[in-house]
Amino acid sequence: MGGLAMSATSVLFDAPGPRARRASLVGSIVSGIALVAGAAWIVALLAAPRQSGGITLPGMFDASRWDIFLDPEVWTFIGAGVVATLQAAAVAAVGAIALGVVFSLMRSSQLPWVRIPTAVMLEFFRGMPVLLMMLFILLVASTGAFWAVVIALIIYNGTLIGEALRAGLAALPRGQREAALSLGMREFQSKLLVEFPQAFRQMLPIIVAQLVVLLKDTSLGYIVGYNEIIRSNMNNLASFFGNRYLFSLFIVTLVIYLTINLLVSWFARWLSWRTASGGHLTKDVGAAPGTADPTSTIRLMQASAAARQSEDTRHG
Amino acid sequence: MAQLWSLMPQFWEGLRATLLLLAVSGGLALVLGTLITAMRISPVPVLRWFAAVWTEVARNTPLTLVFFFTAFVLPMLGFRAPFLLLAFVALTYYTSPFVAEALRSGINGVPVGQAEAARSIGLGFGQTVSLVVLPQAFRMTIPPLINVYIALTKNTSVAGGFFVVELFASTRQLVNDNGNIVIPILVLAAALYLAITVPLGLAAVQLEKRWVVSR
Repeated sequence: MGGLAMSATSVLFDAPGPRARRASLVGSIVSGIALVAGAAWIVALLAAPRQSGGITLPGMFDASRWDIFLDPEVWTFIGAGVVATLQAAAVAAVGAIALGVVFSLMRSSQLPWVRIPTAVMLEFFRGMPVLLMMLFILLVASTGAFWAVVIALIIYNGTLIGEALRAGLAALPRGQREAALSLGMREFQSKLLVEFPQAFRQMLPIIVAQLVVLLKDTSLGYIVGYNEIIRSNMNNLASFFGNRYLFSLFIVTLVIYLTINLLVSWFARWLSWRTASGGHLTKDVGAAPGTADPTSTIRLMQASAAARQSEDTRHG
Repeated sequence: MAQLWSLMPQFWEGLRATLLLLAVSGGLALVLGTLITAMRISPVPVLRWFAAVWTEVARNTPLTLVFFFTAFVLPMLGFRAPFLLLAFVALTYYTSPFVAEALRSGINGVPVGQAEAARSIGLGFGQTVSLVVLPQAFRMTIPPLINVYIALTKNTSVAGGFFVVELFASTRQLVNDNGNIVIPILVLAAALYLAITVPLGLAAVQLEKRWVVSR
């Protein structure tokens, strides 16, 4: 049972007896062998020398395809690409959270002439590709590639973070706001000092998950001409050292991205686990069982559904 | 206006390619994602582990890098195919973990009591899954799945950077050729994307609402 005990699947079948355990073991061994064989096949395919126009080229794991990584200058160059990516991501992350706060406050405003245009604007930004937005900024505002990437990411992710925060605000128990108002706070004070901090904490895992998306999306800079990791590794380095290194450079780029993203993802999961275990609001937002699974879409969906419900009871 | 109107054939061509990318990679991703989910909840530990690794790796790789692999590295390795086909591969691979997560959270979202009740009235594994768990899981899966497809619609634009002439690529071309009406062209392109994503989003909201009431 072990690992599956938390999910619903474990109640689907009886505790395995000797026969079921044997079947599971056999299944494990068979699929394990199939997976290892598949992996070995791919590795063998990659390692085999290849023929191209009568010339035999070395396999993908041949030292002659990897020797550039002994050169510290190559690593300096790769480091510059990593810094460029992180720089764009950091500036965009700060901007996106700030814009998200503003959007969420505007979107949940009491004034219809603020709330409704904001809703339309958010819908507009949310529905189009970030890449198109980058192109727009690049051509119309003619900023450099860096700012085109950063501003588009700020607008796009700010919209999504704003939507998450709004859902968090609306899903708060109404008593919070009533208590604040009865203490004599103004609407805006209550929102800023009482409701917002709680919503922010509640939605923190979703915000961090969105920042992973933002980090991944900086790679779109490749298409609009910003020298981030992919462009600096795969375009500049590969064309400098030749096509021979395309595969090894790809692997290095992939490993760099996976390392950064997995670290941030795990941080998001840890945060989500922390807020889920400590936050007393969890039961209001995620009434459904099985919310131990920190899938952000589901959490956001539940939050926005709860928000909609409480809005319906408030206005209707 | 007349000039913008004269560009319609190119817009239409781009939009058609975008819709094709959406339909084909969406369908393939659904198949692959279902397979991954099946592995993820299967009683065989090796398959569970493989599905978890697949999900984690595919989710944390930028789409641009996936496209780079299919468009440049694969042909270098001797795997040659039309770029449209390679774009299907890239989008399917990238979307599959998101589909799998949506499906899995739907299955996990069915209260344990439902399966327990089914078991206690004597239903077997097949009956419990097909009659009690899956119908409920399916309903809860639809709204997040729609969100995955909205994201896919927007992601097809990345194919435009890798030799596939879809809406983004044809927009870029049109902007280059018609420097005097840059803003109208870009706004029209955005409107065409919105024409796909907004109805999907509204459908998701409607279904979500119904789902909440039914609980």
